[in-house]
Amino acid sequence: MKADPAGVLTGSHYLDGDFACGEGAMAAGCRFVAGYPITPSTEVVERISRRFPTLGGTFIQMEDELASMAAVVGAAWTGSKTMTVTSGPGFSLMMENIGLAAMMETPCVVVNVQRGGPSTGLPTMVGQGDVMQARWGSHGDYEVIALSPQSPQEAFDLTIDAFNLAEIYRVPVMFLMDECVGHMTEKVVIPEAEAIEIEPRRLTEKSPESFDPYQVEEGQLPEFARAGDGYRFHTTGLTHDEHGYPEMSVECQEVNVSRLVGKIRDNADSIVRFEEEGVEDADVVVVSYGITARVARLAVEEARSQGLKVGFLRLVVIWPFPEKRIRELAGSVGAFVVPEINYGQIALEVERAAAGQAVTWPVHHAGGAVHSPDAITEIIIKAAV
Amino acid sequence: MTVSTNPTVGQEMEHPSAPLLRMERIPHVWCPSCGIGTVVKCYATALERSGVDLDKVSVVSGIGCSGRVAGYLKLDGFHTTHGRAIPFATGLKLGRPELLVTVISGDGDLVGIGGNHFIHAARRNLDLLVILINNFIYGMTGGQNAPTTPLGAKSSTMPFGNFETPFNLPHLAASSGASYVARWTCLHIRRLTWSIEEAIGKRGFRFIEAVAPCPTLYARLNKLGSGLDAMRFYHDTAEIRNGADTREVDVSFQSPIICGKFVDEERPTFLDLMHDHYSNRLGDGYVPMPPEGGMLHER
Ligand SMILES: Cc1ncc(C[n+]2csc(CCOP(=O)(O)OP(=O)(O)O)c2C)c(N)n1
Ligand code: SF4
Ligand SMILES: [Mg+2]
Repeated sequence: MKADPAGVLTGSHYLDGDFACGEGAMAAGCRFVAGYPITPSTEVVERISRRFPTLGGTFIQMEDELASMAAVVGAAWTGSKTMTVTSGPGFSLMMENIGLAAMMETPCVVVNVQRGGPSTGLPTMVGQGDVMQARWGSHGDYEVIALSPQSPQEAFDLTIDAFNLAEIYRVPVMFLMDECVGHMTEKVVIPEAEAIEIEPRRLTEKSPESFDPYQVEEGQLPEFARAGDGYRFHTTGLTHDEHGYPEMSVECQEVNVSRLVGKIRDNADSIVRFEEEGVEDADVVVVSYGITARVARLAVEEARSQGLKVGFLRLVVIWPFPEKRIRELAGSVGAFVVPEINYGQIALEVERAAAGQAVTWPVHHAGGAVHSPDAITEIIIKAAV
Repeated sequence: MTVSTNPTVGQEMEHPSAPLLRMERIPHVWCPSCGIGTVVKCYATALERSGVDLDKVSVVSGIGCSGRVAGYLKLDGFHTTHGRAIPFATGLKLGRPELLVTVISGDGDLVGIGGNHFIHAARRNLDLLVILINNFIYGMTGGQNAPTTPLGAKSSTMPFGNFETPFNLPHLAASSGASYVARWTCLHIRRLTWSIEEAIGKRGFRFIEAVAPCPTLYARLNKLGSGLDAMRFYHDTAEIRNGADTREVDVSFQSPIICGKFVDEERPTFLDLMHDHYSNRLGDGYVPMPPEGGMLHER
């Protein structure tokens, strides 16, 4: 399906990442947003609250992030594409209802413009410390998808992808921006609506009598009915059977969790996305994402100018993680260097995927600024020896 | 299908609300003589009488014994997280404005953990019908203190009696901006049913407190006897004072429960205000969300 022209601001613009993300959501067909103000993410909803009244969309500023996330899950059950937007502390407050979205298999998008943490941390300054929280933050076992843009252009493009992935897999998709990308202004080209592929909400064609909200016939996904169409279905955050009724049993728990996890893990090859360059004959591969990928690229160039064979791999989709590819590369390279604005999150994933075949060198940064390229170059040189 | 026994020996008949209940889910989880089932019956009867299109009705509950209500009604039903039924319902209503969205949940759920959402939804006069089942205690988790537990009443976490001042719920709702406020007990089934039916026909934030016996915990911890004893207590002491000043309807331990309709005042809802405001400001440029929702979909 093609995008609805009403939501698409076709043309070349000079936008910051937050605005570009908001435009991406509107282009993707999002028509309900609930949020609570928090730096550095607020500009996303400021953009949306200005444009929504002309697009048939509703924005509501809720009383907190618990409410915002709950409202987004509720609205998604009307068939609407829905999104909430936050940063650090607000992301923490959303966790319980992110779990509800995962359990009810509710498509929605959660934008987190990362700032320095923990706690109130550095409200106006960059961080990348929520990567593991995005994956594991709610209690229990489930899988989500997370994307990380490196520029305002990608903030637009990948937001659309985030909505599409949410529809395809019926999961909450985490959109992990960071303060630098959110507040950096660059050229953003928004294509014609016809050039934008949109994954629509697919409603069941079954009759209400033959419909069960969690019955899986083909593949790994149940069919979707929305509230108000006469299906009179039930859904719950409790472990549930195919009718959506609570069932407290080991067997039912196994069916629920294995499918929530399996629908992402089994399809990881189609969801995983990364860019790589110069990795084939590299001694060292730098792995990075978000704003840090742009800094790391400078370090890679510097190291190459000193004669080192350095490859570069940028994660576009962070979760699921491209572990197969990292494992493959680990067989041929000596080391991975992983700069990120935290004390080692993706570095641990790289280390795990490398499974002892190659050494992993994290390049820590506590947040508040991006790395200096020299700090990364220095580790690349050490790793290459 | 489960059936109930007709007093006429040997004959079986369908439960009168069967078309609105998930009969395949019976027996339910509630204790014998718990008041929650009474509220379900009153709600089901009110819905049927109101003549609304049942396909457009959604019921949202939080977590608790009362939170299980959504699971027994044959409507679009959402059993959500503890305290978040109101914001979840807000999303449903704003996502598809033509829906009639009812929240049915417990006192702990709606005004304990969910208290912030309660006052803000009332302040916004959001189009929600909120039925709060008040058993003065956290039932599901074993009888802990609630923000409604009367002074001096015992709970499992106030074994020497509660020393915290409880909420006066009708006053909380009214002063937060609710446009309809009523309170009944599970004895007043006709009045409760009628009140729910009336509230279904109105708009804005409508709040009905249904005082319900919890024989297993609240009554046992406080030596108040059986569910029937609770009914007798309501019968002997409850006072109907329609239009009472909500400041005067607080509940003390075993004090007479003041019932009635306290507030019934139509004022613009969140959606009315939003539509008027954007129409004034943006004129023809304003594109409201269609009643059936603002989605892009393909069948
Ligand atoms: C976030 C969270 N905290 C605590 C609980 C445990 N819990 C379940 S029900 C409940 C209390 C419910 O009380 P109330 O709303 O009065 O319902 P009742 O059981 O009395 O009908 C609590 C504390 C939970 N499920 N989730
Ligand atoms: S514990 Fe109390 S509230 Fe819960 S079902 Fe039993 S009687 Fe009802
Ligand atoms: Mg209670």
